[in-house]
Amino acid sequence: MFSLTEAQKLLQSGEISSRELVSACLERISALEGTIHAFLHLDAEGALKQADAADAKLAGLRKTGLPVSESAGLLGIPMAIKDVLTVEGMPCTCGSKILEGYIPPFTATVVKKLQAAGVIVLGKTNTDEFAMGSSTENSAYGVTRNPWDTSRVPGGSSGGSAAAVAAGFAPAALGSDTGGSVRQPASFCGVTGLKPTYGRASRYGLVAYGSSLDCVGAFGRSAADVAAVFSVYNGRDPLDATTQDVPAAKIVLETETGSSLAGIRIGVPKEYFLAGIQPEVEEKVRAAIQKMEDLGAEIREVSLPHTEYALPVYYLIAPAEASANLARFDGVRYGPRVSGETMWDVFYKTRGEKFGDEVTRRIMLGTYALSAGYYDAFYGQAQKARTLIKRDFEQVFREVDAVACPVAPTTAFKIGSHGDDPLAMYLEDIFTLPANLAGVPGLAFPVGFDAAGLPVGMQLMGRHFNEAALLKIAHIYQQATDWHLARPRFAVEQ
Amino acid sequence: MSLTIQEVEQIARLARLELTDEEKARYREQLSAILDHVAQLQRLDTASIPPTASIFSGDSHLRRDEPRPGLPREELLKNAPEQEKGQFKIPPVFE
Repeated sequence: MFSLTEAQKLLQSGEISSRELVSACLERISALEGTIHAFLHLDAEGALKQADAADAKLAGLRKTGLPVSESAGLLGIPMAIKDVLTVEGMPCTCGSKILEGYIPPFTATVVKKLQAAGVIVLGKTNTDEFAMGSSTENSAYGVTRNPWDTSRVPGGSSGGSAAAVAAGFAPAALGSDTGGSVRQPASFCGVTGLKPTYGRASRYGLVAYGSSLDCVGAFGRSAADVAAVFSVYNGRDPLDATTQDVPAAKIVLETETGSSLAGIRIGVPKEYFLAGIQPEVEEKVRAAIQKMEDLGAEIREVSLPHTEYALPVYYLIAPAEASANLARFDGVRYGPRVSGETMWDVFYKTRGEKFGDEVTRRIMLGTYALSAGYYDAFYGQAQKARTLIKRDFEQVFREVDAVACPVAPTTAFKIGSHGDDPLAMYLEDIFTLPANLAGVPGLAFPVGFDAAGLPVGMQLMGRHFNEAALLKIAHIYQQATDWHLARPRFAVEQ
Repeated sequence: MSLTIQEVEQIARLARLELTDEEKARYREQLSAILDHVAQLQRLDTASIPPTASIFSGDSHLRRDEPRPGLPREELLKNAPEQEKGQFKIPPVFE
């Protein structure tokens, strides 16, 4: 299966057609989806129809004699979209029973931009309910399985998108990242995943979870793939007042051998190498940092002293915002209704019955943190501690251009292994939460394998709006290494 | 800190969630454990620290308040569990 950048070149030169590319994805899906369960909705027929239209356009472009690469964009490239982003006419469940059967009448701005650039939406991918979780086990429609070991989780909450790219179902996918939901599954599935700066890309059409934290992110096989997708969907949107007035990023990563990281300063935060992280994770991440030094980067130890507070801050702020955002699901305007005598009965019964455990827990936690008498001690204190975490990053980015650390303390864990212990699951996010709280971009990419053959991911975090620096560092690393080229075993067999 | 069943019921009431007795007991235990964990924030001296509500605050980009066409009513009503005369239909508000 081709990577996005490979597919782009082959489509533009006419060596393959979009119909061939889309058909290859659909064949792979029909062979392996029964095992992986990456999708909640697949639009095979629509995708093939759009592929034919893309092929006609590509043929037209080639006829002009002008360089096709300049105008073709992502024309004819299939992508998978996490089921928390709306695509007009396609069901959007957010992995929840409370939105079963909901068909949005509008398309998210980020998807619209990709479609305008020629992207074909294959379908909607599985997610923890309302993006709350780190394993996709919280989906009301069944767990997604990790293509590297189907007894393990793909991570979450964008587990369906990460697994779809890892399994070769689609060359790229969109996800959302509120506390690590793109980076952690990218790490678990051995693909590259970007969480952009907060406010860098539109949230219009992204079903809201934690509005001050939510970001739309992208998955691909390499930094170059992710850069190609991100370059299309980022930018200010009049329909999202939190998108920032900065020039949209256009990041082109050229394939050149012998590129160096000279002049780039990379910080290694000591708080991210704790006792208790899986030794192989630390070993592989440290080896990747060494490789970056060999490539010319200057490595410095740095400190982000308030890191330990990120977990409690996040698990107050995100649930507080969620409790307000999810108030709209009440059985009146969309989704199923559990009937009752009065309107109030409908609210209580519909929400009580249709929300899953984790969503209910977070709504309750947030409601409590915002309630009279507890607001200052919980929510207010968390917002102040958030300032301290943000300042840690401001301080560090005066000294270095990027920070390098693990994505998660472990590689992919077994399905069911975290049982009914929500705190144990929350601890999976300790290294990804700080970037959301500080609003900085984060990039995850594979840097090796553990003894069980599971991918280990590294995370780079950078300055606000400087996704380009992170993608460039990862790209140069990927030019010099081949971890990102490894495929799960069944993927090689075909 | 340990929540009481009454506190769990009060939170569920505020959040409009109907819970079974089993759920109340389970959430009481789990939420108490999570609140114990987040209580470590009380250690931080934040007396002189301003709160962060959003990363890029102060500069909200409101668009001009001009009327423009929205989505058609029929489109928006398509997903409603119950409707009548172009409106969302709900059971009585008052008993």
